[in-house]
Order: sequence, then C-alpha cells, then structure tokens
Amino acid sequence: MLIRKPSDIPSSEITPYENYKEYFTRRRFLRNALAGTAAVGAAITGANRLADVFDPSISALADTKLQTVKSPLSVTGEPLTSLQDVTHYNNYYEFGPRKNEPSENTGTLPTRPWTVKIEGKVKQPKTLDIDALLKLRPLEERVYRLRCVEAWSMVIPWIGYSLSELIKECDPLPSAKYVQFLSYYDPKVEKWASEASFYSAYSEGLRMDEAMHPLTLLTIGLYGDVLPNQNGAPIRIVVPWKYGFKSAKSIVAIRFVDKQPPTTWNQMGPSEYGFYSNVNPNVDHPRWSQKTERRIGLPLFQQRRTTLMFNGYADQVASMYNGMDLKKNY
Amino acid sequence: MNRTTLITLKTLTWIACLWPFALLVYEFVTNTLGPDPTANITLTTGYNTLLLLILSLAITPLRLLSPRLSWLIKFRRLLGLFAFFYASLHLATYIALYMNFDLSVFKTDITKRRFIIAGFLAYTLLVPLAATSTTWAIRKLGGKRWNQLHKLVYFAAISGIVHYWWQVKPGVKSPMNLTIGLFVLLAARPIFKYVQKRIAHRPVTV
Repeated sequence: MLIRKPSDIPSSEITPYENYKEYFTRRRFLRNALAGTAAVGAAITGANRLADVFDPSISALADTKLQTVKSPLSVTGEPLTSLQDVTHYNNYYEFGPRKNEPSENTGTLPTRPWTVKIEGKVKQPKTLDIDALLKLRPLEERVYRLRCVEAWSMVIPWIGYSLSELIKECDPLPSAKYVQFLSYYDPKVEKWASEASFYSAYSEGLRMDEAMHPLTLLTIGLYGDVLPNQNGAPIRIVVPWKYGFKSAKSIVAIRFVDKQPPTTWNQMGPSEYGFYSNVNPNVDHPRWSQKTERRIGLPLFQQRRTTLMFNGYADQVASMYNGMDLKKNY
Repeated sequence: MNRTTLITLKTLTWIACLWPFALLVYEFVTNTLGPDPTANITLTTGYNTLLLLILSLAITPLRLLSPRLSWLIKFRRLLGLFAFFYASLHLATYIALYMNFDLSVFKTDITKRRFIIAGFLAYTLLVPLAATSTTWAIRKLGGKRWNQLHKLVYFAAISGIVHYWWQVKPGVKSPMNLTIGLFVLLAARPIFKYVQKRIAHRPVTV
C-alpha cells in the first residue's frame, strides 16, 4: 500500500472564517469563564468592547477582537495569506516536523498563566505577567511579509507593539549588546522536540540595534485576535526582514547579554543558518537558491516570485549593516 | 497461481500505484493541493519514488524466504516502472517549478548542491533500467548481463535515500523509516543466501 503524506483538509471541512471566529470566541469564553469572573461578567453583560480593553481588571482576552490601531509600517498592495493557511502551515518543530502538525498538537501548550523573565544585563531583573505585557502599549496591527528560509512566504496581519517599547521599560545596562529570546520548553508537552533533535529551549537573538528597530514587533496576535498556539502564543517576536526562524515563538525569557548568544538553528547547522539570517536573494542557502520564493496559498503556477533584499524592508533596515560583508555574515 | 487471481492482484497493484498520482491530479483540478502546492507535489512524487523502489527491492528477499512466494517476481517490473514514473514526475516538478526551465539554474544546482547531485544521479541510474525493462530487452541482453545491469538499482536506491537526507534540515529524521526499510532489505540478501547455502550443504543424515 502506498502511504501518502496526509492530504490537506478538504475545503468542505474548512470552517468558514465567520464560524471560525465564533468558534474561537466560544472557546476563549469557556477558558475565561474558568480563569476569571471579571471576564465572564464582561462577556455576559456584553460590556462595551472599548471599555474592556481599557479596564485593567479585565483581560484583553475577554474580548472577541483585539482593539488595534493601524500602523504606517504595514505592507500595502499585497493580498493577505488566508487565516486558514497562516494557522495550518507552520514550522514549530517542538510540536511536530510537518507543517500541519503544530495546528494539531499545540492544544496542550499552557498559555495561561504565563510570565516572561527579563534577565541578564539590566538594572533590575524582573518577571512580567503576560496580561501586563498585553497592556503595556496600545496594540497596532502590522501587515508584514514573512519569508521562511525554506523559500516560501506569506503576508500576515500581526498584532503587537515595537519590542523597543518593552526594552525601554527594562533599563538594559550599557554592556548589553545583544538580546536573547528563549522559548517555552517542556519535552513532556512538546513530545516531538527530540524528533527534531531539539534538546533544550529554542533560542534566538538580535543585536541591540536590531532589537530596538521599530519594525521588530513584540507580537501577541494576528488577524484581529490573540495568537493561536501554533503561531507562538501567547507572545512572540516578529522580525520581518530576517528569515522566519529568527522570530522566536512562545517566549518565556528575554535576556540581555554582552556577547552574541547561541541560537538554535545556527547550532544545528552553522553553514546553513547564520546568526544574522537577513533575507538576502544574493546569498544562497547551501542547498537551494534564495533568489525566489513560493507565496503560500497561490495556485501551482502563480506561486513563484522574486525575493527582495531584506524581504522588501531595505529602506528601513539596510543602514544597520553598512560596511558589513553580508556574504560572510549570512 | 491461477490466471484470475493474477489479473486481480495486478489490477489492485495498478490501482495502489496510481493512487497518489490520481490524488495529485484531483487536487490540482479542484485547486486543493494545499497551502504550498509546489512542495506538496515534490514531496509526494519523491516519497512515492523511494517507497516503490524499496518495495520492488523487497521481492527478492521474500522469494528467498519461501519458494511458495516465487510468483511475486511477476510484480517486480511493475513496481520498478512505477518508481520510475514517480521519479520522472519528481524531476519534471523540479524542472518546471524550481528550475523554471532555466538551464543556468540547473548548472548552479548540479555543481553546488549535493542533494541535487545525489537526486540526479539516482534518476540517471534508473533510466537504463527502465529502458531495458521489456521482455525483448531481457532476451536481447541475455539474462546474465541483464541481471548485472540491473544491480544498478541498489545504487539508485541508496542515492535516492542520500538525496532525501541531504534535502531535509539537520536534525530532522523524516527519511528514517525508508532508510531502515532499505537497509533491512539490502542486508537480507547476503544473510538469506548464506543460510540457504548452509542448508543445501548440510550432510544428509540417515
């Protein structure tokens, strides 16, 4: 018998966007009903949405839709990748090596309670609660291109605020030259981690100026809602001019360090995944060209498109790399 | 084995072998190839090439197990040719959707990328085997020479598996099942032959 990779869900079984939202809302309602009476109260009384967001006693999750402001940093003129594809075509190796597996396996990721440790070279290390982080700054909707190192790409409406806003609150010391992000790691929950040879927490990092760049987004949602687990709930980083693996998911610690931190894929394959990993059509991956990419969700013969330098963000970010040999610092 | 059983089994084999291809065609027509159609077609055709190639290599060891399984030989050519069919589709996918019919891309790939080299080598090794698969060619070559030529299938299968390993990310183990399958089947040959020799040479006791 031929064993085939499980086919995608037939379109007949795909929940229409409207129902999907309703389903998520219902699930979230149930979760909150257990989590806090304030949320229940708000949901039952149908409290004004705007009031919910600004009322500190109510979790932002209590609402069906996050309140956001549009951002001038958004990409325009490119159609969004569908919510279905954004949430069912994921690389999250701790939850399975195949693209469809994270959406099936991340249900057990415990996104509440959740804290993020701020540590390393800061005036005062501290632990921040996720709900405090959600309210630190007004949430923006930012439509970014996402370019995976595997040569596929998407356009995603993320929700969050610039990481720099949080970093300012952290009072890093002058000796802090890099920022390291550590992801949630529990092999009992992430049963697939060893299958991908992940034996410790996923680690990523940015140089301080990259982390402070306004495009670097501390991300808590997409498509108007909180992050689905498979997309890195409850909080992740999105760095749109770098290959996708630089954008660490489900962050539990932000560490300020004086040296370039070790990063997961760089350690797995140093010749394939550099620390910088800026999107660069002129530097091939050892195993394939990076000149072009496949846009997810388009028909077979319309997928291929040209990859742009810095994923199209060259105007904003190229100056950070002036004088650097990008072939060497891939 | 009687004729009806043979025809039935052959029909079933055809259906099973064509199934992944039929699904791809159906998904193409209905536009349900998934989020990344190119990757879907590439993986499906590549995986089934290796699977069929390994299945075709299972026939000889199975026949060595028992003379009652000798009829399996009637299915080996079918499996081998279907493996070549999927390999050709896999190569066509590469030419059309990755190379975009641009020879300069191929030039870079075949000189710089080891997984492309291994994959292309595997395909090249399969071509003479497919070309000499007809009864006429077997007769023309003579059984012995034909057998020698078709030993190439071992190298093709090994190159194919190497191609798969070199294509996936470091640490990813998805080619493991096929690799174990191939290893077991390759190891079974000398072991079975050795055991049979021992049995044949066993002194007859009265």
